[in-house]
Formats: sequence, structure tokens, C-alpha cells
Amino acid sequence: MELSGIASYLISFLTFAGVYAVLALGLNMQWGFTGQFNIGIAGFFAVGAYTSAILTTPSSPAYLGGFGMPFLVGLAGAVIASTLLGVIVGLITARLRTDYLAIASIGIAEMVRLFVKNEDWLTNGVRGIAGIERPFADTLLDSPLTYLVIVALFVAGVYFLVERAYASPWGRVLRAIRENEPATAAAGKSIAGFRLQAFVLGSAIMGLGGGLYAHFFGFLSPEAFMPLYGTFLVWVMLIAGGSGNNRGAILGAVLVWGVWSGTELLTGMLPSEHATQGAALRVLLIGVLLQVILVTRPEGVLPEKPPRLIARKR
Amino acid sequence: MIRIDNVSKAFGGLQAVRGVSFEVAQGSITGLIGPNGAGKSSLFNIVAGLFPPSSGRVLLDGHDITGLPPHKLFHRGLVRTFQIPHEFSRMTVRENLMVVPPGQSGENLFKTWLRWDKVKQQDSEVLDRVDDVLKFLEITHVADELAGNLSGGQKKLLDLGRTMMTDAKMVLLDEPGAGVNRTLLGKIREAILRLNRERGYTFCVIEHDMDLISALCEPVHVMADGELIASGSMEALRQNEEVREAYLGGGASGRMGETARQPSTDEGEPS
Ligand SMILES: Nc1ncnc2c1ncn2[C@@H]1O[C@H](COP(=O)(O)OP(=O)(O)O)[C@@H](O)[C@H]1O
Ligand SMILES: [Mg+2]
Repeated sequence: MELSGIASYLISFLTFAGVYAVLALGLNMQWGFTGQFNIGIAGFFAVGAYTSAILTTPSSPAYLGGFGMPFLVGLAGAVIASTLLGVIVGLITARLRTDYLAIASIGIAEMVRLFVKNEDWLTNGVRGIAGIERPFADTLLDSPLTYLVIVALFVAGVYFLVERAYASPWGRVLRAIRENEPATAAAGKSIAGFRLQAFVLGSAIMGLGGGLYAHFFGFLSPEAFMPLYGTFLVWVMLIAGGSGNNRGAILGAVLVWGVWSGTELLTGMLPSEHATQGAALRVLLIGVLLQVILVTRPEGVLPEKPPRLIARKR
Repeated sequence: MIRIDNVSKAFGGLQAVRGVSFEVAQGSITGLIGPNGAGKSSLFNIVAGLFPPSSGRVLLDGHDITGLPPHKLFHRGLVRTFQIPHEFSRMTVRENLMVVPPGQSGENLFKTWLRWDKVKQQDSEVLDRVDDVLKFLEITHVADELAGNLSGGQKKLLDLGRTMMTDAKMVLLDEPGAGVNRTLLGKIREAILRLNRERGYTFCVIEHDMDLISALCEPVHVMADGELIASGSMEALRQNEEVREAYLGGGASGRMGETARQPSTDEGEPS
């Protein structure tokens, strides 16, 4: 590969990793902080991606809109739509035990995917939505590198917000809920209320990840939101990186995405008649990686640490 | 302060509490004793709102609080500890205490993003209070340990410490001395007494250590098999045949300084 080829591969790699880092930060809010078992990440991811796509693409007879709005409006829409979905799922499950959330979330994610697949008028079904543009399209600034910078800025912004939330009294209550619900309730905190907030915030972040993905990849179809890509990989990233640690979530996204795309390079060298086995092999490798991490570093590469006190004693 | 009015509780076919009534007077340190399985913790859990009674009522300062959830009762000044320590394991001892104070503006997500200075300043006030409690319980040296690493006795102290992080009126202590060595037990005893004298907390204490009960509690209520079988001063209860039969142990003993027949075990309270 020549130098520019390597550079462009690297840019694309890091952009993907950045999108996944946003998803992992969202999951960390739900699982890492609060202990909420969401295995329907793909659903929130998809809602964010499609919302932004529909809002920003030029008008099309094939699906709703597009409305040709600017990139930032698309992202705002992505966040709002996934927030609403988060409120609905959260309200239904906030009072239930966390295993019910697992069942409900996986159900919702599949419903979203099937909805996207079948409601052609809204999403163009299996044909998908193409031509989703990057910000600054048709200007001098438009380049994959610019988009990488934009994604990196969003990762940094989300990191700042969740890190502060983690260190704050709000985050303290979430961790207390994760550790011991009856004692948190006995300390006067409304468990259902805090849980709902954490779940919705996590969902909103995942929706943002979806929006960033849509404008990077330029094309959406229901295939992209299979549980494997949308949910399983994100979980592996968070657990490998360090659940409960925001930096761990970002690091995990980069590491696991590295392994995942590395194996793609490898299986790409297989003769084409073995392509399907190759794909299965990649999933197997990720599974093995997860096992190895759980055995050797059960708390991830960067284990959770209690945050530094935000105020020092006077 | 608290009136328990004909409260019963059945778990499936098991009648854990049967028509219990008594009052906890304002300013008192009331004792609740009885063998394991007598229904003491179940009664506490009902008063504290963990689950509702099958029948009967609970009144706090004359207001019916039956079935109110624990977090609402907290804001009415009712706090409790659990028989099995309920620490927040992967949080430091200091953080365990910092969770408690009500009205922290930093519990509002938007304020943590927009009013960080105010949140920080409030947190430093919370820290001052934490320091006082740590000092009072003499556990300052473990302030930065994860609570999960504490000994059983230290966890009991930490639970007690959490009740001191708010201006409580009524504190329910479920076996504060269980699994605690003599020195720590003395500390707990002193803490209860001082909170009662200096801060005016009213206590209701479940305990198997008759030393502690005799030293602190008046009156004492005795439960056995879900029922309230006797009430009175510890002195009087020692003379009570039924109480000795059911709990304190028959024969000539039952003196001061004895631990009652059933020592507390590590189970008994499903969580
Ligand atoms: N949540 C529960 N579900 C089912 N049974 C319970 C529950 N809590 C207590 N019990 C039962 O109720 C009885 C009284 O228990 P408990 O109130 O813990 O007694 P004590 O605190 O006096 O030792 C026991 O037989 C216990 O097994
Ligand atoms: Mg008990």
C-alpha cells in the first residue's frame, strides 16, 4: 500500500473507532455507571442514524423527506429521536428489575430493525438511504480528515459531559444504585427517577453515534443494524476497555475496532469460496478475545476508579 | 413518634408478623428483641417502606405512612440500617457517606453541567460533614478505602454513619452490633447514646446483645413467632416467664451480661 492509501485507511479506521467510542460511552452511562443491562444498542443507533439521514438528504420520492437540512440539525434530530425512544423504553422498564430491561431492550432493537426494513415509505426499506453527505460537502473543507476531526470533537465533547456527570453527586447516586438499591432508596434517592435519567442520557448518546455514523458511511440499510455490529461489538468494547471508566470505553472502542478490522484484512486474503466461514471466524475471534480479557483482566484494560473528589476540604 | 397499629405480614403461607402494635416515643431508645425468625426485621422493613404490611397501619407523627416508599420516608426524617450491612462496595467509604445528604444540587444533571462551581462548593460542605462523621466513628483512616474491603464490623459502623449524614428524627437500627467486636460495640453504643442526647434522634434498635439493650433501651418490646409477647423495662422482662422461655433462656440465668440464646447469624434478612 502506498502512503496515501495507508493514511486514508487510518483516517477511516479512526473515524469508525470514534463512532463506536460514542456508542460505548452511551453504554457506559447505562451499564458502567448504573448497572442497566441494555442489549438493544443497535435500536438506538439505528434510530439516530435514520433520523439524521432523513433530515439531511435531498428530497426523494422513495422515502420520507429528505428534508435537505444541515448536518447539525440532522444530529440534533438524531439525539431527540433516540431520547424519545429512551424515555419510552425507560418509563416502561424503570421500575422493573434489570433483567427485564435486557429482554425489553433486545425486543425494541429488533422491532426498530424490522420496522426500518419494512416501512419503505419512511426508510426505503432494504434498498436503504444513499447519498447522505458529510458536513461541508462541496466546499474546500470537505475531506475524510475533516470529518475525522469533527467526530473526534464530538467524542471529546461527550467525554467531557459524561466524565463530569460521573464525578458529580448525580453520578455518585447512579453508582450507589448499581451497588445497592435498597440502601440507596433508604438514603432518600428515587431509584426509578435516576435510573430513567441515566438510561435516557445513554440512549441520546447512542443516537448521536448513529447520526455520526450515517454521515460518515453515506449509506444506510437495515443490515448495518444487526445486533452483531450494533450491540455485541459495543459490549465487547466496553468490557475490554473497562466498564465504569469513560477512558476505558474509548480505548476499548479503538482496540476492539482494531482487532475487528484487522481480522477483516486477514479474512479478506482467504479465497472467495471461504468468505462466509471467514465472517464467522471473525466473530469467533472477537468472542475469544472477550474470553481472554474476562479471564486475565476481568475489569478491563482500564478498570473503574472512584473519581477524584470534585471539591477538596477547606 | 412512630405508632405501629395492628400490623401483620404474610409471605405466602408464612405468617411473619401477627397483629403487632406498639409505639416508639419521641426521644426514646426503644428496644426490639426476640429469637431469630421472630419477625423483627420484617416489621422494620414494613415501617421503613420496603414492603407494605398485609394489614395494619404505621403512623409517623400522627400521619399515616403505610406503604410509602423508603425514599419518601427518608425525607420525613426516617432512616434505617439493615441487618446485613448494605455498603456501596465499589465506592470509597467517604463516597458512601457523601451519597446521603438531601438537597444536593449536583444531583441535578443540568446543574452539574451548567453550575459546576456551585456543585463543587456544596460538595465541599458535604465533605466537612463527612469528616465529622468519620472522626466521630473513628474510621478516618479508611476514608479512601473501597467500602467492600472493610471488615464486617466496620461496615456496620459505616451503615450507622450514613444515618448521621442527614438530620434524621427516627432511626431504625437492625442489629447494629452483629458481627462487631467488643471495642467496636462500645463505640456503637456510645454513638447511639450521643446521637440521642445531642441530636435528639429517636431510636428503635433490634439487637441480640443484652448488654447493649439493657444499657440503652427503655422500653423493650419482645417478639416471638410474629407476635408481640411482652413490653417493659429490661429489668421487668428478665422476670417474665414467657420471655425467658421464648428468648432469654430458662433456668436461673438471664442475667445482665448475657447474650441471648440465639446469637445473630449472618442470614435472616433477604435482600
Ligand atoms: N422477603 C421475605 N420473603 C419471604 N420470607 C421472609 C421474607 N422476610 C422474612 N421472611 C421470613 O419471615 C420470618 C421472620 O423473619 P425476620 O423478620 O427476618 O425475623 P427476625 O428479624 O426476627 O430474625 C422468617 O421465617 C423469614 O424467613
Ligand atoms: Mg432480623
